[in-house]
Amino acid sequence: MTLLSVRDLEVRHGLLRAVRGVSFEIAKGETVAFVGANGAGKTTLLRSIAGAHLPVGGSIAFAGADVTHVPAYLRVRSGIALVPEGRRLFADLSVTENLLLGRAARSRGPWTFDTVMDALPQLRPIHNSLAKNLSGGQQQAVAIGRALMTNPSLLLLDEISLGLSPVAVDGVYAAIRKLIAMGTTIVLVEQNLDRAVAVADRLICMLEGSVVLQGRSGGLERARITEAYFGLAASASPAGAHV
Amino acid sequence: MIWAAQILQGVLLGGYYALIACGLSFMFSVMGVINLAHGSFAILAAFALWVLAEYLGISPLYGLVVVLPAMALLGVVFQRFVLERSSRAGFLIPVLSTFGLSICIDNILFQHFGADTRSLAPFLDDLSYDSWEPLGGVFVGKLSAYIFLAAVALLGGLQLFLSRTFLGRAIRATAADHDTVGLVGIDARAINTYATAIALVTVGIAGAALAMRATFSPYAGGPQLIFAFEAAVIGGTGSLWGTLLGGVVLGVAQSIGAQLNPQGFLIAGHAVFLIVLVARTLFGRLSDLLLALLTSKATG
Repeated sequence: MTLLSVRDLEVRHGLLRAVRGVSFEIAKGETVAFVGANGAGKTTLLRSIAGAHLPVGGSIAFAGADVTHVPAYLRVRSGIALVPEGRRLFADLSVTENLLLGRAARSRGPWTFDTVMDALPQLRPIHNSLAKNLSGGQQQAVAIGRALMTNPSLLLLDEISLGLSPVAVDGVYAAIRKLIAMGTTIVLVEQNLDRAVAVADRLICMLEGSVVLQGRSGGLERARITEAYFGLAASASPAGAHV
Repeated sequence: MIWAAQILQGVLLGGYYALIACGLSFMFSVMGVINLAHGSFAILAAFALWVLAEYLGISPLYGLVVVLPAMALLGVVFQRFVLERSSRAGFLIPVLSTFGLSICIDNILFQHFGADTRSLAPFLDDLSYDSWEPLGGVFVGKLSAYIFLAAVALLGGLQLFLSRTFLGRAIRATAADHDTVGLVGIDARAINTYATAIALVTVGIAGAALAMRATFSPYAGGPQLIFAFEAAVIGGTGSLWGTLLGGVVLGVAQSIGAQLNPQGFLIAGHAVFLIVLVARTLFGRLSDLLLALLTSKATG
């Protein structure tokens, strides 16, 4: 069953076409990773799905409803949650306060304050600490927890390993594996190809705003992904090669 | 004993300044808007209470039951039709819009009520002049003391509201990152509207306090805005208890100035404001310089 359907999406940053005619579908329960070099348009694409950027063309349908022009806060209430690049926590609020803000989504589901604490046990001893005093890994866990508190049907994770130590990245990915095991639909943007391949069912490679390669994680050759990643291969066509 | 009495009067006057400053500080910290119509809104609330008392015989304290919700409603309209629209054009336009609005409010009040000064004191019976004598020769006006207590209660209530309620946390989150709150399901537009409504309710309370303890006229908004601004800056904008401290420092400075010289009331207040401003800039630069020196030594 298709949960998210993106058709011919066009997003601009001023005169720059950051996303160019991107189309894809994501099924319920699937984990899809967007990979690509800096400036490929991955973050802009994810932010457009979350409603933080409004597209100039194309459409986004979520759970059968067109959400292309729906504001971000209503998309959260309909079940789309984004863990943004750089965490974007509310620095002067405590961990608990950051998490409780997720209740604004007013959606029902398995995620409550207690279940989030169970899934991310590293947050329990620091629940009264201010977000600005936490380490990068702890902040990332809070950002994921805050998104889970909205009880999302679709969780968007943007560059969650950026700036973290290898140990912290391991912790964050352990939490993601738990979420995948629970059947959460996840779309992640990741520059670390090995991490992306390890957790995703499907890989979509972007270059200069377009999809240049997509396929099952296990079905794509590493060399081909690398070529598409850096735009080295002639086969990396803008239409997107399927495997 | 005279000095003790003056300082005490200054502390109590500071309660009023904290009342009028807290709305200004609240709007600046949440929305980043400097509302230059702040003083005019306080005078508008004062006139509304005066009209209710003069023409309908409603005591100013009961009049607050009508005026404060009306101020909240005015805050909603003010946010939706002035601040929200003008803020789309950048930081400066809301400031200019509120400046224009203050001129409109002042002149509409002048057209309707003339230049006469008015007060709510005649409608308060003996509360307007009654006092206690806690020490021999030192008198404390009951109204001034109640206004000070109202300021403490209001600031404490706002502090509790911001830290303990969902709406309070959402307001703090919106103040910290206006764009990201949408990503957790919070409607920043609605939050700004609530915040403006709350700010105007506090302005209404401040306007009532001013009209009860002193006189007011249509053009009295400007000086009240300056006092509010000074108290907020001395105490540190965005800090509620800092606003109370700022109000008290301003009030005590004015009282001491008035004791030293009959013309010294305003001058002393402005002087303390300037001293605090210069000290902040100077110490800020000194700490930056120290940090730069330490960093350069550390990097060798």
